[in-house]
Amino acid sequence: MLVRQVWPSRPALANPFADLENRRREILRLMDAVAGDPFGEVTAGVFPPMNVTHDDNHFYVRAEVPGIRATDLSITAVRNRISISGRREIPQEHERVSYHRKERADGTFNRTIALPTEIDAEHVDARYADGILTLKLAKVAEAKPRQITVKT
Amino acid sequence: MTNEHTTDMQQADKSGVPEQTRPGPVYTPAADIFETESSITVLADMPGVKAQDLKIDLHDSVLSLTGRITNVEGAGEIDVLREYRSGTFYRRFTLSETIDQAKIDAKLTDGVLRLELPKVEKARPRQIAVRTN
Repeated sequence: MLVRQVWPSRPALANPFADLENRRREILRLMDAVAGDPFGEVTAGVFPPMNVTHDDNHFYVRAEVPGIRATDLSITAVRNRISISGRREIPQEHERVSYHRKERADGTFNRTIALPTEIDAEHVDARYADGILTLKLAKVAEAKPRQITVKT
Repeated sequence: MTNEHTTDMQQADKSGVPEQTRPGPVYTPAADIFETESSITVLADMPGVKAQDLKIDLHDSVLSLTGRITNVEGAGEIDVLREYRSGTFYRRFTLSETIDQAKIDAKLTDGVLRLELPKVEKARPRQIAVRTN
């Protein structure tokens, strides 16, 4: 049985292409890491990652800031700029622990983004839930879209 | 849907090739893992995941975490800037110790999962006294 010798009966080879498939994924993942995913997100490389959306009356700024106390977040709004700063603390664990992995980062952060139009700094609503900070910012009256009726 | 998800994930675990059953990107959450004499603790950052959307599975000493991010955006919202997406957090670890399944404790606070996995009694290191005659 020559076939048996060439393909030793390892469980992974129940599907002979499983290994190949794994390698393909690995290569694609590495390529993404080097060249960036062309369909993915473009990040500023600054913590925290943010999403900004708008509708007619508001801007919505959402930031991924897991594991932070709401009281450790500071938000300021000036004209069209929003700053989010804060501190993430990872509490010291019991002394006699041995770490296998330590990937989560801690420290202070400060990020400012500019919105396309000015916002009303008096009407900013900030909420923190499930590690996501959500800011709802009212646009100034001049920035809101107005319906124009065409006269005949 | 949930059942299908579970079965597929388990099958995927066995073959070693995790297959996605939901559209959308899959992210690897940052994790801290540490060990004491009596337990293993896993901390994972999963922002945007609600407790009911988090699934923790442990079998054959393979621990897998799956957290689905709920999209919280309103229907009328238009993108200005997008740096993160809703999708799934998925991560798998192989545990070398035997875990007492009944005493596993999981807490999800502010997007951070804290998973306490107590080791079974017999797996704990024990001091052996050497007797002399």
